[in-house]
Amino acid sequence: MSDLPILKVERLTKTYPTAAGPLTVLHEVSFDLAAGASLAIVGPSGSGKTTLLGLCAGLDRASSGSVTLAGEKLDRLDEDGRARVRNQHIGFVFQNFQLIPTLTALENVLVPIELRGASAAAGDYERDSRDLLKRVGLGDRYDHYPVQLSGGEQQRVALARAFVNRPKILFCDEPTGNLDGDTAQAMVELIFGLNRERGTTLVLVTHDLELAQRCGRVIRFRSGAIVSDMPGSPAP
Amino acid sequence: MSFILKMAWRDSRASRRRLLLLSLSVVFGIAALVAIGSVSANLRRAIDEQASGLLGADVIINGRIPATAEWAQAMAAPGVEVARERIMATPVAAAGATQRTQIRAIEGDFPFYGEFDVKPADALRRLRQGGNVAIVSAKLVEQLQVRVGDTVALGRARERFTVIGVVASYPGSPPQVNFAPAVAFIPFAALSPSLGLRANRLDLRLPRGLVAAEFVKGLKAGFPDSGLVIATADERRQQLDDGITGFDAFFHLVGFVALFLGAIGVASVVHVYVRQKIATVAILRCLGASGRQAFAIYLLQGFALGLFGAVVGAGLGLVGQGLMPALLKDLFPFPIHFFISWPAVASGMVSGLVICLLFTLLPLLTVRNVPPLAAFRSALAERASGVFDPWRVVIAVSIPVAVAGFAVWQTKSVRFGMGYAFALGFGFATLTGAAYLVSWAARVFFPSKMPYVVRQGVANLYRPQNRTVLLLLSIGLGAFLMIALFLTRSELMAQLQGPGGAGRPNLLLPVVEGDELEPVTKLLSDQGAPVVLQTPFVQMNLLSVNGKPPGRRWRLPGAKDTVLFATHRDHLNPNETVKEGKFAGTAEPGAAEVPIALSPALRRGVDPVLRLGDIMEWDVQGIPMRTRVTAVLAGSPQFQMAAGRRYEFIFPEGVINGAPASYSLGAHAATPALAAKAQRAVTAAFPQLEVVDLSAIFAVILRVFDKIAYVIGFMASFVIATGIVMLVSAILTGRFQRIRETVLLRTLGASHRQLVLIQLVEYAILGILATVVGAMLAVGGNLLLAHFVFKIPAAISPLFLLEATAAVTLVTLVTGWLANRGITNHPPLAVLRQET
Repeated sequence: MSDLPILKVERLTKTYPTAAGPLTVLHEVSFDLAAGASLAIVGPSGSGKTTLLGLCAGLDRASSGSVTLAGEKLDRLDEDGRARVRNQHIGFVFQNFQLIPTLTALENVLVPIELRGASAAAGDYERDSRDLLKRVGLGDRYDHYPVQLSGGEQQRVALARAFVNRPKILFCDEPTGNLDGDTAQAMVELIFGLNRERGTTLVLVTHDLELAQRCGRVIRFRSGAIVSDMPGSPAP
Repeated sequence: MSFILKMAWRDSRASRRRLLLLSLSVVFGIAALVAIGSVSANLRRAIDEQASGLLGADVIINGRIPATAEWAQAMAAPGVEVARERIMATPVAAAGATQRTQIRAIEGDFPFYGEFDVKPADALRRLRQGGNVAIVSAKLVEQLQVRVGDTVALGRARERFTVIGVVASYPGSPPQVNFAPAVAFIPFAALSPSLGLRANRLDLRLPRGLVAAEFVKGLKAGFPDSGLVIATADERRQQLDDGITGFDAFFHLVGFVALFLGAIGVASVVHVYVRQKIATVAILRCLGASGRQAFAIYLLQGFALGLFGAVVGAGLGLVGQGLMPALLKDLFPFPIHFFISWPAVASGMVSGLVICLLFTLLPLLTVRNVPPLAAFRSALAERASGVFDPWRVVIAVSIPVAVAGFAVWQTKSVRFGMGYAFALGFGFATLTGAAYLVSWAARVFFPSKMPYVVRQGVANLYRPQNRTVLLLLSIGLGAFLMIALFLTRSELMAQLQGPGGAGRPNLLLPVVEGDELEPVTKLLSDQGAPVVLQTPFVQMNLLSVNGKPPGRRWRLPGAKDTVLFATHRDHLNPNETVKEGKFAGTAEPGAAEVPIALSPALRRGVDPVLRLGDIMEWDVQGIPMRTRVTAVLAGSPQFQMAAGRRYEFIFPEGVINGAPASYSLGAHAATPALAAKAQRAVTAAFPQLEVVDLSAIFAVILRVFDKIAYVIGFMASFVIATGIVMLVSAILTGRFQRIRETVLLRTLGASHRQLVLIQLVEYAILGILATVVGAMLAVGGNLLLAHFVFKIPAAISPLFLLEATAAVTLVTLVTGWLANRGITNHPPLAVLRQET
């Protein structure tokens, strides 16, 4: 594990205009995350967890404060610049899987690679993608569409997609929220297993305290502010 | 680029059938533009190839030919070939029948160009050899029942000529054989003075390199007071070309309506499609796609589908073009040969593609503003369409500019083009406004005490993602166009059919002298065609207009005096209206200034300066008279045709009644057979009289009009087809949106009957309202057309409107029912799983 922060969050604030006046959902949040570390962000619904994740991943602009990811200050980049950072350095796993329904499992996994302009046929990308799908247990489902897969299978495709561009950091938003107990457990093993294998930094937003404890660090969130920042109990 | 292409292709897989609707929406509009553009190119080439043939010469000169050495010298210019003609009207008799006939005595190589379609083929050569021989037109053969080898008697002296051929068509003959006058060609040398008054005509062929316009300019400059009327093939070509331009513009605009309607359908399909793709776009953005890349994926899909629609439309248009010459052949005085005009095909495709893309871009711009965060929070997706985007303003402005630009381009008139664009915009805005009104009314006056299915059906009108605007637009615009077309058609038909019915005249005798009046009236009555209209007219000489001598154009070619005809009456004729001023029915004899009215039959083109308040001084058969124009009348085609063109000025009763008058008579025969019998009897007893059988002419006009109506209907069918595609598309996109709701209702226990009824209630309300609004627009448009364009009274049949409303509503219901068939049979689980 390197001591260099791959993610640096400084005095991050997000305010939304509403009919009743400005609503601040994040209050001057600051923290660093070293490369290869794993972080869980926990807190009740509406506490600002997902907003924080979105800002850290460059999916939205903060009202004030800054996010530095892999050495790039996201608030200084325009939308296309942030898109490039997402494509090069970030992987995502969403609670509701977010596969593209019109693409097969393999095509879904290939999207981040193809977005870079790389030809799937020309390089090893397709082989990597197939390997990843095999690794998540979907070696025989390459050509299946999302609608033909179960929830757990869809989430595994999403996980393969998240790792295909060898991201420096993986953001997971309630990755097991839509899965049953056994499937969720298998998914968790896959996430942590791949994370270890590939040396990826992990940021996990979850309600599940047991899952959060598997991370090296746990930040508790309430009303848009950090209430505690403690080490977790990761498995050896 | 490779990613965009791949993604556009892959992403379209699940929606291709739905996206096909996008292509289909523009197919018929593009087909109409390609068909009409290509036909128009066919017509223009036919004109270019055959303009000289239509006249038979490069230059035609009518009038009193100067008998001077200068004239002879002008005609003897190197390379100029001259053919002389004398033309007169005289009775021709054979086997007991007589027909007033145009006699054309020809000399030289007439016609220089074009086809003289005569049987036997050597007849024209024999005619040029001279002698008392005649080539007669098919019309004369039909009327006199003569054959080649028979003898006919020409003129009052009954000079005998042998028929040596029958001519079916010749340069200048009308396309419809029934419009063609009875004509007999005879050798110039066989002319005798007994054949009556004649007009002179010269046909000229100019040498290559001598421009007709320059030659004519020289003639006019050299003989300024000759009063000659000179026509050139180039002018004729220009006239025909102008006619084609009008035809072309009208049908292009009809085609454009189909395209416009389809483009609205495109916008609607894309709008729904984009809403369904927002989640995909958000995911792509999360994975690193830029807004431009995401936008490019869907723009590429839109372009590809538009291009597919353009190609299919062009193919369909060419099939339509193949059918058009058969429909048009009787409307143009030349054969139309089929060829594919690639510039017209390209122009139709590009116009269609540009309009399609503009209408695609408007809803597609939303894609640019989908935030990646929408992958987490679906509520953010809704905000994407509300984001201010300056490009949206650019496209929103570009659409009306493109529509107006297209209309101006096609009509070659800023006024008409803008008027067309405004009318289209007005119809669009009215229907959109009506749709919002319906949504608002459905919410405010919600029928809370009605059964559940009615409440649910009414609620569908205002709920989020309702189809109210789209369905009202598609059904309403379609109904508007169809009803307007039918109303105008039936009004024009009623006007044209008028003289044949209800005791109105269908036999016209334009000139009957005073001493012939009584015997002719009696003869007509005996033949079962009593005189129903008797109009006196008095010949008079116009001395001045507002103190100045009348221009030369008022005079007949070569005439010294300005002889005109006036009638007197104290009432307006049926279908006549006062356009300006006040009609004076009576005046005191000997009044210092007599109020007169300008008849609708006045040849306005002759002297357009005549207007209300002008002072005209006359010599009424020796008596000077000062008059003032106090009324300008308007009238219908029926009136003008029945009235002939003899009397152009209407005097009040009591002023010129004493002057020796001639009469124009109108008789009514109950059947065309009786009319023909009466015509034969009058021509036999009074060969000098011209008898026009309006029933035959009207039958031909009706046939021609039917043909035009058929062509219009053919073009309108593209609009109707687009309307149906749009209706199906609106219903199908609604079906995709509603399938989940239907499944939920099904899961909660709704019966098949209830689900169908909910949909039918919605479509019935929309169908009725759209047709009512469309019909109101059609009635308004029809009133304007009738008043300003056709100048006929509008006749709106409430029964027809009721029938149209019922028919369109029925079509909407049936289409809605067919398009939604099976929606209630979807397994709920499958639909619910699709949401993942």
